[in-house]
Amino acid sequence: MSLTAEVARSQGALRTFLHGLPGVDQVGAEQRAAMLGTRSIKTTAKAQALDLAIRMVDLTTLEGSDTPGKVRALCAKAVRPDPADPTCPSAAAICVYPAMISVAAEALRGSGVHLASVATAFPSGQAPLDVKLADTRAAVADGADEIDMVIKRGAFLAGRYAEVHDEIVAVKEACGDAHLKVILETGELATLDNVRRASWLAMLAGADFIKTSTGKIQPAATLPVTLVMLEAVRDFRAATGRIIGVKPAGGIRTAKDAIKYLVMVNETAGPDWLDPDRFRFGASTLLNDLLMQRTKLATGHYAGPDYFTLD
Amino acid sequence: MSTESPARLAVRKTYKLYIGGAFPRSESGRSYQVHSASGAFLANAALGSRKDARDAVKAARAAVGKWSGATAYNRGQVLYRVAEVLEGRHEQFVSEVKAAEGGSRKEAAAQVDAAIDRWVWYAGWSDKIAQIHGGANPVAGPYFNLSAPEPTGVVAVVAPAGSSLLGLVSVIAPAIVTGNTVVVVASTDKPLPAISLTEVLATSDLPGGVVNVLTGKVAEIAPWLASHLDVNAIDLTGVTDDTLAKDLEVAAAENLKRVIRPADPDWNADPGVSRMLALLEIKTVWHPKGV
Repeated sequence: MSLTAEVARSQGALRTFLHGLPGVDQVGAEQRAAMLGTRSIKTTAKAQALDLAIRMVDLTTLEGSDTPGKVRALCAKAVRPDPADPTCPSAAAICVYPAMISVAAEALRGSGVHLASVATAFPSGQAPLDVKLADTRAAVADGADEIDMVIKRGAFLAGRYAEVHDEIVAVKEACGDAHLKVILETGELATLDNVRRASWLAMLAGADFIKTSTGKIQPAATLPVTLVMLEAVRDFRAATGRIIGVKPAGGIRTAKDAIKYLVMVNETAGPDWLDPDRFRFGASTLLNDLLMQRTKLATGHYAGPDYFTLD
Repeated sequence: MSTESPARLAVRKTYKLYIGGAFPRSESGRSYQVHSASGAFLANAALGSRKDARDAVKAARAAVGKWSGATAYNRGQVLYRVAEVLEGRHEQFVSEVKAAEGGSRKEAAAQVDAAIDRWVWYAGWSDKIAQIHGGANPVAGPYFNLSAPEPTGVVAVVAPAGSSLLGLVSVIAPAIVTGNTVVVVASTDKPLPAISLTEVLATSDLPGGVVNVLTGKVAEIAPWLASHLDVNAIDLTGVTDDTLAKDLEVAAAENLKRVIRPADPDWNADPGVSRMLALLEIKTVWHPKGV
């Protein structure tokens, strides 16, 4: 019996497995993350890192005030982030609320940029399962090819792992061909041990990506949390052979931060994850800073925000 | 047992940069020796790098909204407060100016007096410059047509090389009184009064980031400020090398920065309003007249 089937057969088996995972040394994780953040990435390496980071951006707008016009503008930006420079790559995806999928799908048609939608009563996840499944099916039907779901943190923290597991399985089934990113909302999980358990739980249930946060809770993505998640996907691959992606989201605003994450990906999960199919940044303001740094490298002088679109 | 206490260990001041209201060391970790007019060693100052300049511009940009949005009356009060705190540190500045520029204590005291008076003079202009420089324009229609000066934004300033306090004050005050924020490259040979001035600014209700001071080599830092697209104006008063000044003007043209390059000003003369006006932009609005 595979690992996945074995531990998923009952609440007791899940609990035994998740609580049998080694504990996380929090101080060690923070120091490791801080140490990796001191690596110096310059010149050609920096140019490559910036382009890779741009290709990994899930350009996100998740506001109550989103309008079709804003979503279309953001789509145009994802396809051609820097209209002045044709060598600038496209972003990985656009991430919107379900109501905006049809607008985004129209704007992105034929561009190769993925269309992600949050679903399952984002950001709280506090809705009945059938509502969440309907939400997911509607998003896929409207044209989303990536679904960002939130886990039921209340159930997870109460120790009802099977409930969380089964819900992810059900949503994954509702996704059909669409990729499923599972948001752990690490800011509400309290400990790194919980982050490790939630990562494994999501991966066992069939997630294609594990994502740190909704961006609506502070703290959002942090380096130590992402480190623990990268270790989890590395170990999951060793155990099962399946490769799961990681997406830190929220709070990553500068190119410098993004490069720190890339260094950590390379040093923790390995170079196989340095690919937009396996690592993403959920961000909105990050893209402009990446473009400014890219322009600085190309022109030799510092760029200013006046020369890039507001979003 | 001896009743004499042992000689006190000297407590030396570390002269650092002033960026965003904080006193960081140079990102580059470098420093350089500063000597007095007579050649004696005074202190080590931070040798600022291009990244310090970048950080300073970022801090200055972040401060623009709040500072330019403050009322002119409030800005005047804050500037006057700076003069008050300067007055309280009078003796310290006399010593530093004397060490930096040489001459007698009396001459140095005159420089400090003039610098404080200059600061007060500019503080008074905060709520008056708009009346001198703006106004209602008569137009051929039933409209009010009003012109008002607005701050340019982030101003890079290369401070005078010779006049370490009076000259410095005379380039900073006219820029910030109207709501601009500044990144100042202090005099390379005489930077200590500039750093002491930042201690005054930090304790005078001036929001962090409105004035940022870098010490180091002008030829190293100024080109990055001149070519920076997020800097709106550059004051080349302290650039003594003509070739460098020309290069900086060319670099500044990239994003149409306003450039100030006066010919060797006399800091003791009446400054007039030209420095304030050079860093303002006119906004004109039309408004229909009511019945």
